[in-house]
Amino acid sequence: MFRRSEQDKRPQVQIFVDGVAVAARQGDTVSAALLASSRDVRRSTAVSGAPRLPYCMMGVCFDCLVTIDGVGNRQGCLVPVAEGMQVEIQKGKREIGR
Amino acid sequence: MTGAPKREDYDVVVIGAGPAGLAAAATSAEAGLTTLLLDENIGPGGQVFRAIASTPVTERSQLGADYWVGADLVQSLRASSAEVIHRATVWSLDRNLDIAVSIGGASAFVKAKRVILATGALERPFPIPGWTLPGVMTAGAAQTMLKSSALVPDGRTVIAGQGPLLWLLAAQILRLGGRIDRILDTTERSNYFAALPHAFAFLTSPYFTKGLSMMREVKAKVQVVSGVTELSAADDGQLTSVSYVAGGKREIIPADLLLLHQGVVPNVNLAMSADVEHRWDDLQLCWSPVLDASGNSSVAGIAIAGDGAGIGGANAAVVRGRIAARSAVEALAPAAAAKLAPMATLRTDLAKAERGRVFLDTLFRPSPHFRIPAGDTIVCRCEEVTAKDVLDSVAIGATGPNQLKAYRRTGMGPCQGRLCGLTVTELMAQARAKTPQEIGYYRLRAPVKPITLAELAAVPKSEADVKAVVRG
Repeated sequence: MFRRSEQDKRPQVQIFVDGVAVAARQGDTVSAALLASSRDVRRSTAVSGAPRLPYCMMGVCFDCLVTIDGVGNRQGCLVPVAEGMQVEIQKGKREIGR
Repeated sequence: MTGAPKREDYDVVVIGAGPAGLAAAATSAEAGLTTLLLDENIGPGGQVFRAIASTPVTERSQLGADYWVGADLVQSLRASSAEVIHRATVWSLDRNLDIAVSIGGASAFVKAKRVILATGALERPFPIPGWTLPGVMTAGAAQTMLKSSALVPDGRTVIAGQGPLLWLLAAQILRLGGRIDRILDTTERSNYFAALPHAFAFLTSPYFTKGLSMMREVKAKVQVVSGVTELSAADDGQLTSVSYVAGGKREIIPADLLLLHQGVVPNVNLAMSADVEHRWDDLQLCWSPVLDASGNSSVAGIAIAGDGAGIGGANAAVVRGRIAARSAVEALAPAAAAKLAPMATLRTDLAKAERGRVFLDTLFRPSPHFRIPAGDTIVCRCEEVTAKDVLDSVAIGATGPNQLKAYRRTGMGPCQGRLCGLTVTELMAQARAKTPQEIGYYRLRAPVKPITLAELAAVPKSEADVKAVVRG
């Protein structure tokens, strides 16, 4: 859906998406890195389980909700990637305790 | 840059580091007031100057000169004594000017003598059938990714809607080598006539020549369909096609990405939760705060600058930021105001920056059928409530958005009405033959962004707080 422009010379940052290594770039938000990864990163909603991807990328729609380093319901579009970050695509509601 | 605030009290707290907030914080600090700027994003710029200090797009002409103006604002701010905290989500502001802000999973509390809200705008909801499907995003979302991560669409891409941002985004995508298959222009033909009386002011504003050359640049490379009157997206778990009607003829085109845009509206959540009076704006079709000429709201000590004060664009936002800050300086340290640009000069700057706005608002006024959906089209994305659900609730007695919450939970999901509020107000107004002003809006309350109970529980408490709730 998206690809990186060749002029992007930012250093790589490795994150893990559902345990699989994904190359992101320093300064990417988690959501941008997921959308650039060409993996299936659709979450499913808490209400009906419908598949969703980020919609607004600016912190207002909450369709980018994702589990980051064990904490659920994070807005992926507001969190910058960090080396070794563990991202899990959230299916349904946030689980109690994480 | 993401630590807790250094003080408990500030003269001025500015919320939002877009054009208005950057200008307001720099002005306030320059006059010697203790100033704190809180911003939710990773770096300064807000939306229009998104990633201004970090963008990987190094070819300056690709983002355009209007974007790089933001770098000067950031430089002025950094040269000032203002304290700046990013990744700071303000979740409460009240009449006493007490502010609660979440930073790195912990909440901090600060008190201000003056608050300048510069929380900007968000894109107007575009509730067409299929707007929740994976592969459908806002134009602003694509622009955010382009500016902050140099990402461009490379699948079959359709852009639909209307307004200046749509053309700017299309030009930027093309300049960065991205793909656009078709642009579907939903501007109503009758708007051109309605806008005509306001054309003179626009023709003599800087927007005119820039806008025209950008549209030419895009039209030379992309097929543009104008007069689009119907729009929907279809999927197989992911967007597969876009269907539209133009000139009475339906067409279906395969697509991997649909970018929607029909203008921007003030992001009212924090201001409304602080009890700032808002009124329905019949021209801009949104809620705008009631403000005096310096941006002061109905709540003493709270001013609003930038697009949150009513849509005026980036140039106007910068000036409104300076005006609101100057007004705060005049109130708190009158002698220091002499250092700043005189109010009369700022008001002249603002009039200049707002020139041509009425023309744009009239020309790009979104059509009712793209604002007020019907049938199974989702209205509330969070709680997955359709237009029919809302109308059924009205039929059995729901009178306004707040009653509707009890019937359908609209506006009670994590986005707190940001993506459905305007639609719900207009849909209910139409169904009940009332004005949007009469129908009203959601009663918004803190926390205006979700925070965890653990974070709330970890908030420092006084002995009196504990006694108030603990038994025996």
